[in-house]
Amino acid sequence: MAFEASPATPAMAIPSGSDGKPPSLGYNSFEPRALWNLILTLGLWAVAALGATPLLSVLYMLIVKGGARLNGELFTELPPAGFEMGGGIGNAIQGTLVTVAIASLISIPIALFAAIYLAELRPLSRISSVARFLAKVLTGFPSILAGVFVYAAVVLLMGSYSALAGGVALAVLMLPTITLTAEGAMHMVPQRMKDAAIGMGCTNTQVVWSVTLPTALPSIVTGIILAVARVAGESAPLLFTALFSNYWLRNITEPTASLSILIYNFSSMPFDNQIELAWAASLVLVMIVLGFNILSRFIGRPQV
Amino acid sequence: MTNASVLEKPTATAGAAIDCNIDKIYYGKFLAVRDSNIAIEKGKITGFIGPSGCGKSTVLRSLNRMNDLIKGFKLEGNVHFHGQEIYDKGVDPVVVRRHIGMVFQQPNPFSMSIFDNVAFGLKLNRFKGDVEERVQHALTRAALWDEVKDKLKASGLSLSGGQQQRLCIARAVATQPSVLLMDEPCSALDPIATRRVEELMLELKNDYTIALVTHNMQQARRVADITAFFSVDISQGGRTGHLVEVGPTDQIFDAPQEKLTKQYIGGEFS
Amino acid sequence: MAFQLVLPDSKSVSQAPSPLAYAVDRTFFYAAAAGALAIILLVIYILWEIGGQALPAIGRSGASVLVNTQWDVQNSSFGILPQIWGTLYSSLMALLIGGFIGVSIAIFLTQDFLPHSLATVFRTLIEMLAAIPSVVFGLWGIFVVIPFVRPAADWLHDAAGFIPFFSTSLSGPGMLPAVIVLSIMILPTVAAISQDAIGLVPYKIKEAAYGLGATRWEAILKVILPTASGGISSALVLGFGRALGETMALAMLIGNANQISLSLFSPATTLAALLASNFPEAGAIERQALMYAALVLLAITLVVNVAGTLILLWTSRKMAKA
Ligand SMILES: Nc1ncnc2c1ncn2[C@@H]1O[C@H](COP(=O)(O)OP(=O)(O)OP(=O)(O)O)[C@@H](O)[C@H]1O
Ligand SMILES: [Mg+2]
Repeated sequence: MAFEASPATPAMAIPSGSDGKPPSLGYNSFEPRALWNLILTLGLWAVAALGATPLLSVLYMLIVKGGARLNGELFTELPPAGFEMGGGIGNAIQGTLVTVAIASLISIPIALFAAIYLAELRPLSRISSVARFLAKVLTGFPSILAGVFVYAAVVLLMGSYSALAGGVALAVLMLPTITLTAEGAMHMVPQRMKDAAIGMGCTNTQVVWSVTLPTALPSIVTGIILAVARVAGESAPLLFTALFSNYWLRNITEPTASLSILIYNFSSMPFDNQIELAWAASLVLVMIVLGFNILSRFIGRPQV
Repeated sequence: MTNASVLEKPTATAGAAIDCNIDKIYYGKFLAVRDSNIAIEKGKITGFIGPSGCGKSTVLRSLNRMNDLIKGFKLEGNVHFHGQEIYDKGVDPVVVRRHIGMVFQQPNPFSMSIFDNVAFGLKLNRFKGDVEERVQHALTRAALWDEVKDKLKASGLSLSGGQQQRLCIARAVATQPSVLLMDEPCSALDPIATRRVEELMLELKNDYTIALVTHNMQQARRVADITAFFSVDISQGGRTGHLVEVGPTDQIFDAPQEKLTKQYIGGEFS
Repeated sequence: MAFQLVLPDSKSVSQAPSPLAYAVDRTFFYAAAAGALAIILLVIYILWEIGGQALPAIGRSGASVLVNTQWDVQNSSFGILPQIWGTLYSSLMALLIGGFIGVSIAIFLTQDFLPHSLATVFRTLIEMLAAIPSVVFGLWGIFVVIPFVRPAADWLHDAAGFIPFFSTSLSGPGMLPAVIVLSIMILPTVAAISQDAIGLVPYKIKEAAYGLGATRWEAILKVILPTASGGISSALVLGFGRALGETMALAMLIGNANQISLSLFSPATTLAALLASNFPEAGAIERQALMYAALVLLAITLVVNVAGTLILLWTSRKMAKA
């Protein structure tokens, strides 16, 4: 051994040459630092594999257990009662779609206007910095609190649980995410493009409408789809706003079923039929959510 | 007024499209430009030259209130456009910019088709006539028509840098604004594209008034009728730009009146 | 805004925006301002509603709620100490496990342990994990995690029951399955933000480390992670915040038992689980107490999230300067 490399004192590893022996430049796998390298690398691979297993397990269970009940009846029938056999989750699918649609209708316009204000009209104003900060805080807001809030603000006011209240609760969750992603997308539009429009004498509205929005559109749509995907899987905000129902939804002022609440309710039932339906509902829900995610990737980023 | 202006205005303001009397321009607390009075004369090309950071762009961008967008920008003095003060309280900068067009240093086409880029200003100004004819006319004047006539639907961003810049010029001239401000329009272009843009400027001069910022003294010499020389003044602590001398291009290059101009033209500093 | 420029020549098509354009412009501005204000007002309204509904309960029992361990509707005795304990305990444990795995995965994906294309596939897998809804994790936890950990838990309890963590046996739902699922749920958050933080470390710093003769792991542990530490801490804080507010998977897995125990195998409860299971059937008095619990949950997550956001802001400013 010409020299001992010590990670603690690397300076000592510099061959001085004064002792006359040339340094060895070959690999030495028994050196402590090489050994450590190997151990850490193997450990990291193990941890990474561990991190990926749950997803594979979840997908496996969804396909095997949920796939078993994936048939036409699932989509057209109402949920079965206690000892009943068969049945489906039709009204839950309907309810999820309706509440998410209500949430989108409420939150998307507000969020886009807010984002335009934050990114384009008054980016440095006090209102903008406060709104931006609160939006960031709201994104980390426990989703069940949206339910608690909407219970107090809408359910008590209207006197009943309803699909509308569920939609409002989901809208509370969507608003800050869409605002922030849309603001970011508008920031990505190069300033020189906006300068060109301003230099031609565009009003603020014209700059936003004809340059910023069209250019940022793909990213904005991506953000919206991801927000929709996220709330489609939410259950806590619906627990005591939309509640649940065993029937088809006819009016948005009535309570409604939803996939997530159906899964929650059925998961604790002592009947195999309901458990199977919970898995099937999970499969449908995950397909909806992942479908939106994949869609957002296709729409992709802006071509600037 | 000050030492800056040896300015005998032979044509006075009668032939001036823009008459600019800048006392001071601030960015926040920073005094960027002082004492610069220039008349941008109608139907002529006025070149702005001077070392980097002397405030050429700042002055140019004050002429169509482009600087209003910059936080902390403050102008003391006045800028008259056809006799009207553009910094007056009731004046809408949007209207000013519709009359005084701008071509930027970096080509900045919109991410829309070539046709839509050129037609943009026409739609903005609610032009009722034949849009297609105007677009073709503008592209022809910008010496771009032959290159793009078969792909008007292609994105403006798909063009080369030089073509993009000519597209931006076509976009700016399509509405025939009365003044065109150009801030180093050739700095991103190769020599051949530069030549074409210079020819274009000379041709446009018949109908337009042009103010041109350039780093290239040869270019100023080739195209400008009148040249304004700016310099930076570090004597008072900051780096404040100001106008040193303005006059017919030949005079500025061949018989400058100021020592600073002579030194700069002679390449003694840059 | 009737300003019109009068020009001598009229060849130009330039003209001022129409009155309609001005009206649209102004309306548009106010609409956008209203959108921004809506966010601010929403937050105020949320605080006001939840606070207002909780007020009677606060007036009735004040801070004693925070140390009371009973949730007894008959006697109107509402304490949330076990819930606070369960929330913090489960989230801390999940942070320990999920944080470690998340940061490890961030290193794994950014430091060339995988060829680029495989890293993209792996990253997508981890991102998909974030897309799985909470209830689905809950269902999976009931039917996969609990049966899977039960033998190991029983064995640990038998062999090492004297250690407080293993002092009870796992009879189904309980702290351990909840913590496992919670760890998996915060892992993608931690991994994503940590990857961004590591990505911000300038390449020249890594080069400098290699240039001095550091091995790969010396570069990672002594140079890259310390440089990215600000961003990684905020990843951990935000992951913790996510864990605190997580509801459904916990309500399904933790056992909803009103008790305080160090044991990983005993059932417990959390603030969010309390809300989820008691709110729908609560009477007026209990509902006020639940609003109080919601307020406490809001306060805890607010503090944690504001801290995380501030750390993130602060470090990204510091990195931008560097
Ligand atoms: N947006 C701004 N905010 C603050 N200071 C600015 C801003 N723009 C320019 N300045 C400053 O004003 C001075 C003049 O800048 P300007 O861009 O007008 O110079 P220039 O003559 O165009 O230079 P160049 O030839 O390099 O383009 C410089 O000192 C510059 O730092
Ligand atoms: Mg400049």
